Amino acid sequence: MYGLMRAGLRAAIRAAVAGVALAASPLAPLPAHAVQPDEILSDPALEARARTISSGLRCLVCQNQSIDDSDAPLARDLRVLVRERLTAGDSDDQVRDYLVARYGDFVLLKPPFNARTFLLWVLPALTLALAVWSARSLFRKPATASPTSNALTGDEEARLAEVLKRTDEGRAGD
Amino acid sequence: MMIELGHFALILALWVAVVQMVVPAMGVRMRDERMMTLAVPAALTQVVLLLVAFMALTQAYVTSDFSVLNVAENSHSTKPLIYKISGVWGNHEGSMLLWVLILALFGAAVAVFGNNLPETLKARVLSVQAAISVAFCLFIVFTSNPFERLDPAPIDGNGLNPILQDPALAFHPPFLYAGYVGFSMAFSFAIAALIEGRMDAAWARWVRPWTLAAWMCLTIGIAMGSWWAYYELGWGGWWFWDPVENASFMPWLSGTALLHTALVMEKRDALKVWTVLLAILTFSLSLMGTFLVRSGVLSSVHAFAVDPARGSFILAIMVLFTGGGLALFAARAGSLRQGGLFAPISREGSLVLNNVLLTVATATVLVGTLNPLAAEALGYKMSVGAPYFNMTFVPLMIPLLLAVPYGPLLAWKRGDIAGASQRLFAAMIIAVAGAVVTLAVASDGPLLGPLGVGLGLWVMAGAVIDPLSRARVGAVASDELVRRLRSLPRSAWGTALAHFGLGLAVVGIAATSGYKSERILVMKPGDRVEIAGYELAFAGAAPGSGPNYTEQVGRFDVMRGGRTVTSLAPAKRLYDAPPMPTTESGIHNSWRGDLYVVLGDPQADGGWTVRLYFHPFVRFIWIGALIMFIGGGVSLLDRRLRVGAPQRAKPRSGAVPAE
Repeated sequence: MYGLMRAGLRAAIRAAVAGVALAASPLAPLPAHAVQPDEILSDPALEARARTISSGLRCLVCQNQSIDDSDAPLARDLRVLVRERLTAGDSDDQVRDYLVARYGDFVLLKPPFNARTFLLWVLPALTLALAVWSARSLFRKPATASPTSNALTGDEEARLAEVLKRTDEGRAGD
Repeated sequence: MMIELGHFALILALWVAVVQMVVPAMGVRMRDERMMTLAVPAALTQVVLLLVAFMALTQAYVTSDFSVLNVAENSHSTKPLIYKISGVWGNHEGSMLLWVLILALFGAAVAVFGNNLPETLKARVLSVQAAISVAFCLFIVFTSNPFERLDPAPIDGNGLNPILQDPALAFHPPFLYAGYVGFSMAFSFAIAALIEGRMDAAWARWVRPWTLAAWMCLTIGIAMGSWWAYYELGWGGWWFWDPVENASFMPWLSGTALLHTALVMEKRDALKVWTVLLAILTFSLSLMGTFLVRSGVLSSVHAFAVDPARGSFILAIMVLFTGGGLALFAARAGSLRQGGLFAPISREGSLVLNNVLLTVATATVLVGTLNPLAAEALGYKMSVGAPYFNMTFVPLMIPLLLAVPYGPLLAWKRGDIAGASQRLFAAMIIAVAGAVVTLAVASDGPLLGPLGVGLGLWVMAGAVIDPLSRARVGAVASDELVRRLRSLPRSAWGTALAHFGLGLAVVGIAATSGYKSERILVMKPGDRVEIAGYELAFAGAAPGSGPNYTEQVGRFDVMRGGRTVTSLAPAKRLYDAPPMPTTESGIHNSWRGDLYVVLGDPQADGGWTVRLYFHPFVRFIWIGALIMFIGGGVSLLDRRLRVGAPQRAKPRSGAVPAE
């Protein structure tokens, strides 16, 4: 069913975009589609960095799409923004920080490590430890053959004491 | 009239399910055989009633009866017939009706084919199945009724979202649901076993085929969805780690783990507690998938809070069955006696490793899917996307894939890893050679590329070696080898096929993720462009139309080495109802991969935006999934023979001991 959800949202966005465009002019073009030729930087190294950064940034009005994949107008604005910052000489981290400062952690597809996200980063390791620990017990030999199994359990001890006591009482009654 | 009949049949099915839930369970308690056997006619009646309800709704769709609200909202008179039918489950209400129908079909299958089940187990299983059915029938009747009327009826309907009008997507939901719902069988059997406090190899032999069937449906359902996304969404992405995808992937992962532990239980009477726990968890994850997709919680936690009726209802169902199942597990799991000791290096040990890694992978996907929802509820907006899953999920798959070929080659109880490595020597050579060649051909890609190709080849080669080594290749003459291969049990062939498919899919994933190429540019008619060894000439775009859309169709002549290979016609469509644009990509398939062409927007100067991609070996992903599906089917045929008629399984003369 993921298709339906995803499709529904994409479609809703597209429909909204198309609606606006059609209202503006009957001959308006259909909505844009992910990276446009005019956005691409002439410097291939810079463009490659822009693509890498873009694929880690969320299109804020889409459901779980990166701005690199999204055809929403906002995604285009952000792609252009990323390229502007890079052209201005920002490092990759500076570009990300710039966007986080404006849109919050929501814009990052790989969330930062903090108090609200520590479960996200710690839980896989914890589950692994737990699973390995519980798997380990499968290989342990049961204790039946060991001499300690001949010792009495607490319950048996108590019953024995009871029996002895009764015997003692019986003797005392003689 | 038919609609009212359907509505009535649905309500009647609810009451039959109530009877099926209560009476057989009481019968077990009171040792009344007649009450127990009531489960069978009840299950059959329930499926007939739900079929009537489903057919009634389908008829309304086929005849475009817009006096039914559900039809008016989701269908349109000009839609092709196949999409009128798929429109039945292309919406919330209809898809839930399909859900209970499939549930009832599984229940009826137990009723019909379960003659060799112990009477009490059968009664309990059908009773638990009915409990799930009651919950979902109540959900439909009270919050999601597809039979509501609309007065006055509109002239025409709203139509189905055009990007859903697609053959792969038409059958994607039924397979996915058959998978989700199929895991309810494992759940019902697990609950019944916990109540009975008894679980033996016969139990596993019963649960395995159902789990396998559900797993097959889920595999093919997920593959169809991914295939659809690949060619329909317009840039060749096939997996997005989207919450809705994860919702179906989590039960698949834990269902795969369940499939493997159930094997240990069946053959060695070991890992009972794990099997039961996985059975409960897998169905719980299926319920969670239904909840995530159906409650609207994914688009926004707040959207869910505004209209909470449906969401809270499914949440309550999920909490009831998951919580109830886990509570019962906590109380009764201790009573399941563990049998069959084994060393860490053994077939069992390798399956434990499989379980550990798949369970942790499931947990990773789960926390990645739910953490943003939990954070949003606490007022912190965050995203978890592909980068997170690539960092956490992929590393877990590397040891898993390394271990896959070893599993079938290790003996039960105590395996010989040096001997297995010796037999896998050829696979190691192939894997390393594949990785080196990949590195040599494309040295600029990420390191995960050659690693993934190597791992995939390793798993594929291991899957070929497995049956050969069982038939003692090298030790016997070739005609004897053929005879031995033919007498291998089908389940052994099923395993080998499924593992081969997995390896193939891994190669496809690694190749297409690491080495896809892309060109985005503006082209005017007459322009030529090169990509991945192809030369494309753009001949221009012309308008066209279909039954319910108009379009602009581009024409590209594709050449390779000076010869014309094919002509591609990617299109931009505008559908009439609802008015919505879609992209139809033009795809040329060769053994090397897919050339993928998308027509973008017209430019002011007469040119068109054009996107070209080359996705190397991308089809291996879906062919691999299909082979996995077929492997499951081959294995299922074996199981059914054994389950249906254990008394008929005579030892064949000259058969090779398989395990």
